[in-house]
Amino acid sequence: MSAKAPVEITTAEGTTAIRICTGSGCVMNGSLDVADCFEKTLEEAGAHETVRVVRTGCHGLCENGPVVVVAPDGVFYPCVTPKMARGIVEKLVTDGSYVMDYLFRPAEGEEPIVRYSDVPFNASQQRIVLRRCGVVDPEDIDDALGLGAYDGLKKVLGELDPESLIAEIKASGLRGRGGAGFLTGQKWRFTRDAQGDTKYMICNADEGDPGAFMDRSVIEGDPHSVLEGMVIAAYAIGAHEGYVYVRAEYPLAVKRLRKAIEQAEERGLLGDDILGSGFSFRVRVKEGAGAFVCGEETALIASIEGDRGMPRVRPPFPATSGLWGKPTCINNVETLANVAWIIANGADAYSGIGTGKSKGTKVFALTGKVRYSGLVEVPMGMTVRDLVFGIGGGCGEGLDCKAVQIGGPSGGCLPERLMDTPIEYEALAEVGAIVGSGGLVVVDQKTCMVDFARYFLTFTQDESCGKCVPCRIGTKRMLEIVTRITEGNGEEGDIEKLEGLAIDVKRASLCGLGQTAPNPALTTIRYFREEYEEHISEKRCRAGVCLELSRYVIHADSCRGCAVCKKHCPVGAIWGEMKQPHTISVDRCIKCGVCVEHCPFDSIERV
Amino acid sequence: MTEGCRCADTQEHSGADLALIEPVLERYAGDPGSLIPVLQETQRVYGYLPKDALREIAAARKIPLAKVYGVATFYSQFHLRPRGEKVIRICHGTACHVRGAPEVTRVIVEELGAKVGETTEDRAFTIESVACVGCCGLAPVMIVGEQTHGQLDNVKARTIVATLREEAELARGEIPPSAEEEEPA
Repeated sequence: MSAKAPVEITTAEGTTAIRICTGSGCVMNGSLDVADCFEKTLEEAGAHETVRVVRTGCHGLCENGPVVVVAPDGVFYPCVTPKMARGIVEKLVTDGSYVMDYLFRPAEGEEPIVRYSDVPFNASQQRIVLRRCGVVDPEDIDDALGLGAYDGLKKVLGELDPESLIAEIKASGLRGRGGAGFLTGQKWRFTRDAQGDTKYMICNADEGDPGAFMDRSVIEGDPHSVLEGMVIAAYAIGAHEGYVYVRAEYPLAVKRLRKAIEQAEERGLLGDDILGSGFSFRVRVKEGAGAFVCGEETALIASIEGDRGMPRVRPPFPATSGLWGKPTCINNVETLANVAWIIANGADAYSGIGTGKSKGTKVFALTGKVRYSGLVEVPMGMTVRDLVFGIGGGCGEGLDCKAVQIGGPSGGCLPERLMDTPIEYEALAEVGAIVGSGGLVVVDQKTCMVDFARYFLTFTQDESCGKCVPCRIGTKRMLEIVTRITEGNGEEGDIEKLEGLAIDVKRASLCGLGQTAPNPALTTIRYFREEYEEHISEKRCRAGVCLELSRYVIHADSCRGCAVCKKHCPVGAIWGEMKQPHTISVDRCIKCGVCVEHCPFDSIERV
Repeated sequence: MTEGCRCADTQEHSGADLALIEPVLERYAGDPGSLIPVLQETQRVYGYLPKDALREIAAARKIPLAKVYGVATFYSQFHLRPRGEKVIRICHGTACHVRGAPEVTRVIVEELGAKVGETTEDRAFTIESVACVGCCGLAPVMIVGEQTHGQLDNVKARTIVATLREEAELARGEIPPSAEEEEPA
């Protein structure tokens, strides 16, 4: 499979296949019923043996779910209903073509786009990690095998010794995709060189960043890519036992992972004497119990050992003393999903993608106020602007894009004017953000940046394990200050106090959580200081988000005086003559927002 | 982490049938790293972690109750109090936050008369806030039981709560109390 191939939808057998997404988002939109309907209609038409219905993982374009792509031509149908499914099958069995009316249109009245790979959302993506996501049935190993799964492992066990394998991964320039960006080959090197007969390989699938779902989608869509990466890594470091530590909030991912392990064991691709090579490796799934800090290596290890997931001082690093005191290598889901591709296609092919010190591709969960949200994979070095506007289609609804938050609670907010920054570890760090695990949230003028900082601090403060004072108390004090600013009680000097505290928390915390927790506050102060100042001195929230600093107004130009709002207002704060624009009394209004919900003309707004 | 210290509470008896977790304790006996799976399965049995069960686990595994309690209170998945028949989990991931999760939460709290983290007086509903359920493309999202509701707004949230209330009342009115006592799996 070539790296440049844009989401090629061909089946292993070359037959026609209806690929319907059964990722969490599409399931919510009813894709399971639609899949059943496809099967039933095909059977009625007598075509169930020539046309296969494949329940795949995430295709990416979540907002247009249920997403259906019909192979071999790759015809794309968004928002498919059972009724549409019947129409699609009818057309398919009569003349093998597609239903024009159901095709995707970028906007009302625009020409429809037939192929999924031609949709702007997909056009500039490059899929390595997601190479089989949305294509194969994740619960059927034969599907994955037909598209090259475990080919990398076969090559490793047949041709490479651990030393040359590590050299190959090092040469590819692959860096950890969990956030820190440490060279993967180097990590393997350290663990291989560590003294000890027993070593462990752990896959970190404790994806805790709010607004990120890359790892979940990879496991749900193509669990074998992760397992194959794990076996290869285990061979490199000399481990015979491994764990996948996965968030308990991802039940579907856990289920599919267990099934994939079972199937791989049956085929001799996992377990004792893998493919007759003499190398053995067993994997167990450990479900997390809900603690963000467990994404940190040493906390994760403590959690697998059955303790409170609290980080410890490093060194010793897990590579020398990890799980049960043994040398342990921990790699993120996305990192591991890259490994087999690198082996199969060569380190040069991988390092040919990307820029300078950031090689390969990165998967992002593109969400927030963006027209097309979903899962995307782009080559490193692409600008944030190309990602948000080229792939995401911009903010939509006529609102201007204000900022992009990259990297979740550990990352930062970039203002619109810095969106030409390339997606590279060093370039993003320079402007205060991080590549991080890959959450990318777009916000528009209706998001208050002070409230946004408060949101992230609430999260990190709640998730702080409490071990280090700077993180436990520092984030609490920071949250108190930000909260009082959003409530209209901010004082002169609060911004400086926040900045000072932020530096202390960053410098004196033990683990990544505390060291990065102040980032959202710091970057919003750095780029949106005027919003903080407005909240403090003018007691004004320009986005109309902070309740205490905003009020409800009726726009006189669009109000038709229907009196519906007046009727529903619980405190009688609205007055006005029939058929004349109404007014809200600021003194009486309790800001319950009931009027907004009932206004038939969208004339009421919080400002 | 968010719950206050309630060590003293553990002196009371919760009246849980401890025989139900004997098989769990047996299965994991001798596996030193298995305290979390044991707690997870115990919670699957009772719906929460009763005090007696925590004491039983400590005794069976020959570890201090403080350690069991420490782990149980560290992870947000564990609950020390019984929860409502239906758990309403409102997603507060970043995407949900910027797309109106705080407003949706306010509406639901108002409609049900219980705060986030609390259970309604009739034990019908527990409202919870979760960090991210990973359905960001459909934000804001909430999960009720097994069902996920996406692209919420205030009106939609009010309608869903009203339907849930009706269902709960119907269930209470029609099913005799004896039929409600299901054998835990």
